[in-house]
Amino acid sequence: MAEQRQASLVETVALKKHFYVGRGQTLHAVDGISLAIEENEILGLVGESGSGKSTFGKTLVGLLDKTSGQAFYKGSLLPQKFRTEDFIRYCTQMQMIFQDPYSSLNPRMTVLDIIGEGLQLAGGIGRSEIRDQVVTWLEKVGLHSDHMSRYPHEFSGGQRQRIGVARAMITKPKFVVCDEPISALDVSVQAQVINLLNELKQSMGLTLLFIAHDLSMVLYVSDRMAVMYLGALVEIGPSNDVFFSPKHPYTELLIESNPEPDPQIESERAHRPIEGEITSPINIQPGCRFADRCPKVQDICKHQTPQMTMVSDNHGVVCHLFN
Amino acid sequence: MDDSILEVVDLSVEFSTYGGVVQAVRGVSFSVPRGETLAIVGESGCGKSVTVQSIMGLIPMPPGRITAGSAKLNGRELLGLSAKETNEFRGTEIGMIFQDPMTSLNPTMTIGDQIAETLMVHRGQSYGSAARTAVELMEKTKIPEAGRRVKQYPFEFSGGMLQRSMIAMSLACNPSILIADEPTTALDVTIQAQILELMLELQRTENMSIILITHDLAVVARMADEVRVMYGGQIVESGSVEQIFYESAHPYTLGLREAMPSNRGDLTRQLAPIEGTPPDLFDPPKGCGYFARCPHAMKLCEADPPVEFVVTKTPQHRASCWLQHSMAPGVSSVRQSHHSEGTDDG
Repeated sequence: MAEQRQASLVETVALKKHFYVGRGQTLHAVDGISLAIEENEILGLVGESGSGKSTFGKTLVGLLDKTSGQAFYKGSLLPQKFRTEDFIRYCTQMQMIFQDPYSSLNPRMTVLDIIGEGLQLAGGIGRSEIRDQVVTWLEKVGLHSDHMSRYPHEFSGGQRQRIGVARAMITKPKFVVCDEPISALDVSVQAQVINLLNELKQSMGLTLLFIAHDLSMVLYVSDRMAVMYLGALVEIGPSNDVFFSPKHPYTELLIESNPEPDPQIESERAHRPIEGEITSPINIQPGCRFADRCPKVQDICKHQTPQMTMVSDNHGVVCHLFN
Repeated sequence: MDDSILEVVDLSVEFSTYGGVVQAVRGVSFSVPRGETLAIVGESGCGKSVTVQSIMGLIPMPPGRITAGSAKLNGRELLGLSAKETNEFRGTEIGMIFQDPMTSLNPTMTIGDQIAETLMVHRGQSYGSAARTAVELMEKTKIPEAGRRVKQYPFEFSGGMLQRSMIAMSLACNPSILIADEPTTALDVTIQAQILELMLELQRTENMSIILITHDLAVVARMADEVRVMYGGQIVESGSVEQIFYESAHPYTLGLREAMPSNRGDLTRQLAPIEGTPPDLFDPPKGCGYFARCPHAMKLCEADPPVEFVVTKTPQHRASCWLQHSMAPGVSSVRQSHHSEGTDDG
């Protein structure tokens, strides 16, 4: 682990984010996630809603305080709670692209102010220089310099998401968390945003955490894939390995649930949806979190929490079946 | 087309807004085969929801207006009925479920009461017997502990369970058609798979026809027998699910398929987005609605709206595209290249 820490751009060790929801109850949104993101890779993070993937992303970039555990960026420990000076320091290193292009842009700010805000915060740069860079970025994401003085409501969903991309990229970050960047967009527009992200990744040498629930898109986009269930990591490995030879029963069922845009494959393959629904992340009991829905559940799963087992060099699974 | 249960012919719907008149649906015709699933696919704003809402009499008028067309259910005209007559077929002969079950249900009534209400209104059942039927319907749609959950309110249900309740409600009077408007768009893939399986199972046991509205081609591949592709308020291609996927004839259908990743075949294939935006329906283009975005557009396409051509040997597979005209230049090469790309992906 020690030598890995130097090589990885971002690493988390037993990262936890709990929310206190009243009546003495705790919501375990992110419950001890340890993973490393290597420089220049795209790590896809998948899981059902409520599995804690967005919370994990937000905690990484400091939008949420950490309950416990550590996060490292380039080997240095990130603060447990980000203060203004931390945001200023890290805004040129880490950025986030949000899911909803409607609610994530301030309706009272012009596009110039929205995109330029990061540069302004980072400081040391004049107003006209910011303006020039905003123009450059508008063109890079396929918008026009005339759009600068407009407000978000004057744009379509796809255009707004491009504004969100320009806003995140203008400070030239090394690491970007993309939180479901395409799930609010139409199919034809999704491909536009994905291709844009891929281009920028190439030209800027970006490292991305790509959070999504669309498995086909995650397989297409990412180098490695991590699967979360109820706040915990259940499987992580190269995308092709995880998708085509999943080990964890949850990953298996998740991938089987994913329909394929091909009627012949759909009519030939077996359909056995996962029974039940994701349980509440409040008051989690010891044992495997997936035990109550797992078709391969054993006795041990119900009282002992499984640990990560490596099934190959870089493919890990958190399941008693592989111990 | 003999055994069709619902026949829609040349339906046109417009809305008057302060910005002008939006021609949301512009001459749509389709028929729904008995016991089968017809999928209507298209992007946001293409008019797919407005089409089914006008059949169901759910379009607020004004500002909406059905300017032309007819919709016949078992030979009986549905358009232009009075509110009372509409209420009679709506819920009994045609059931409908929506994308967002949370906002389609009444938050101040228990789930059971809402299902029972349908039975009391349409079947004249007493409250007691309707409440018992409600439990049976919830069991049929596989809601666990139906007897307890029947007394709960919508906020106590998850998205998947709410959609099951909506299905239970729409099945209450054994409709012959279920209209599902993006039924799984708001749900996780795991829950989507459960709901789709449930719909297929109920279709078999109840012998229902389904009109499925979706933008997700993967859901279409799983569910549909017949497919209609809509663009800019019109149907641009129609055919069986195999014809639409393996012999796509309209450049828009092809564009949709190439814009999404496939898990089989070439994983490194670059996604091909459809550039540009859908046509402005305040002032629809004179010619083909897809002209501005079409990579194969010809001069003719801008000037004249395309007519519907029969694509393959079966007359059921049709596309509204000038490229299908026998005199169109390079048609064979375009279609050839479509075809080889299609097989690469599949």
